[in-house]
Amino acid sequence: MTDTTKNLETAAHPENLRRVAIDPVSRVEGHGKVTLLLDENDRIHQVRLHIVEFRGFEKFVQGRPYWEAPVMVQRLCGICPVSHHLAASKAMDMIVGATLTPTAEKVRRLMHYGQIFQSHALHFFHLSSPDLLFGFGSDVAQRNIVGVAAAYPDLARQGVLLRKYGQEVIRITAGKRIHGTGSIPGGVNKNVSIEERDYLLKDIAQMIEWSRDAVGLVRKLFEQNLDEFNAFGRFKAHTLNLVRADGALDLYHGGLRARDMDGNTLFDHYDYSHYWDAIFEDVKSWSYMKFPFLRSLGPETGWYRVGPLSRVTQCDFIPTPLANQARKAFMAFSGGATAGSTLGFHWARMIEMLHAAELIQELLHDPDLQGDDLVSTGQRQERGVGVIEAPRGTLIHHYKVDEHDQIVRCNLIVSTTHNNQAMNEAIREVARQYLDGKKLTEGLLNHIEVAIRAFDPCLSCATHALGKMPLEVELLDASGSRVDVLARSSDGAFCSPD
Amino acid sequence: MAAPILVFAIGNESRGDDALAPLLLRELEEWARAAGLGGQVELLEDYQLQVEHVTDLHGRNAVLFVDADVSCNPPFHFSAIDASHDNSYTSHAMTPFALLHAYRQVYGADAPPCYLLRVRGYGFELGETLSMEAATNLEQAKSKVRAWLADNPAVR
Repeated sequence: MTDTTKNLETAAHPENLRRVAIDPVSRVEGHGKVTLLLDENDRIHQVRLHIVEFRGFEKFVQGRPYWEAPVMVQRLCGICPVSHHLAASKAMDMIVGATLTPTAEKVRRLMHYGQIFQSHALHFFHLSSPDLLFGFGSDVAQRNIVGVAAAYPDLARQGVLLRKYGQEVIRITAGKRIHGTGSIPGGVNKNVSIEERDYLLKDIAQMIEWSRDAVGLVRKLFEQNLDEFNAFGRFKAHTLNLVRADGALDLYHGGLRARDMDGNTLFDHYDYSHYWDAIFEDVKSWSYMKFPFLRSLGPETGWYRVGPLSRVTQCDFIPTPLANQARKAFMAFSGGATAGSTLGFHWARMIEMLHAAELIQELLHDPDLQGDDLVSTGQRQERGVGVIEAPRGTLIHHYKVDEHDQIVRCNLIVSTTHNNQAMNEAIREVARQYLDGKKLTEGLLNHIEVAIRAFDPCLSCATHALGKMPLEVELLDASGSRVDVLARSSDGAFCSPD
Repeated sequence: MAAPILVFAIGNESRGDDALAPLLLRELEEWARAAGLGGQVELLEDYQLQVEHVTDLHGRNAVLFVDADVSCNPPFHFSAIDASHDNSYTSHAMTPFALLHAYRQVYGADAPPCYLLRVRGYGFELGETLSMEAATNLEQAKSKVRAWLADNPAVR
């Protein structure tokens, strides 16, 4: 490998290189684009994951009354609206000076773990399992959920029903399937009735069993492909996530824990209400998405990884028995090597799904869910920060509200933004491992997408109107002239862009 | 028991003309109640179709999907649709055709008769309101849906 390929973020002489784009990356949320710059010998000189759609949400909420924020922010993202709903609610709890009642906190937790459960189920069964079951470079006609349904019909059906169950938990706790209003500043506006509780209890044992099976399936896949899975897109990273006061995994609330790439603690149980003293956001000219970093380490080396892999490996234990047992097995597997691998995200994600199922069962048996004390208030504050561990990682909502109750400033750091540099590192490593010096094929390019999908990124909140053209691939020659172009419509069919 | 007819609106109200289908659903709700069809028609909406929505189709006599469209001729395009194995499986936003295909995979049988109403939209940016052209298209689309429901033999 030449010196020019070591970093791969910026090529020394891009003007003379051939450009290949994967646009958008499929089976991830929203629109992302990967560009590769290659020389005449197919050596790779530059790899970048670009975010091509700008989020204007921070401006969108300015001037709105603060109590509207938990509902409005759900329109930011059609995939994880509950995470935004709850992060905004937590920020507004600070604005109204509230300490939640037991009923309010437990109803919110139930809602949150329903969201984690359904999101992880969709990602694993429908977006990632085709790569893992059939191989990263396998026939593209089979490498999708239809192929999974044909070869593993029970698995595909379980994916549908697991996802549906999580959506039902959300419907009951948020009040509606979408645009839920369940969580409000200072609490919730409904409890969970006995009838609703019993409806959810009916299927929870099955959900736990299927979640255990899913953890077992990921383990089996690692056993069958150990060397490749452990090495795939592997890189060392610092980590960031919330933990409970006793070090347990807690996806709803806690303090921030950051560790360096060797496992040394940088800070622990950090009060997120002044997160800006610990985290800063860098910008780069080639991406709309910011690049957050740990202030103490600086922008060059302070980037970090968030999400299931960080959470499961960096917590001290998981407070439900089956998931904790699964975590211990994961951490010990392959001498600990898998816990540091990019594809370890999938295993960690299924452990979290199992944890979510166990916790949903535990919460459903808690009589506080039927309590009537739903809302509390306290001394009004000017600034509110809400942090939650969303399915994809740490999610920060920060608002400033004026004396007229209007939002005058908003800053959101979404999970995928935290992982921006980490995803770029992963795809550069994959490019080094699989693509450098080779003729590019669809199967090889899919290896890049496999690395990105491991993070389950939510790159933007695109509209999905029929007939839109979400994909355009350009092939440029060494002089920068366009040689060919191909477009893909919203039904996935390739066609002429003209 | 599920209502015999399902009208499923796809769209995000905060994204300009992507609000076409949700807005149609709001007005349909009052109209259906006034027309005495409240128990006969269920109205659902989501930002985008996903695989678990196959469970919403089960047990219906007829299903109508409504979505904004940037490619059809204004004001709208209405058609019966069939299952199709397209590549929208590879994203978080499935087409209605792919959803019907997934239905077959999950239930081992064809979905009930399904229809798709594409209402022409123009702008989809976050924070935009409905465009004037789309608002005109919406009015005509509403009339079409009311007529379809009023004459539908699937109503018990």
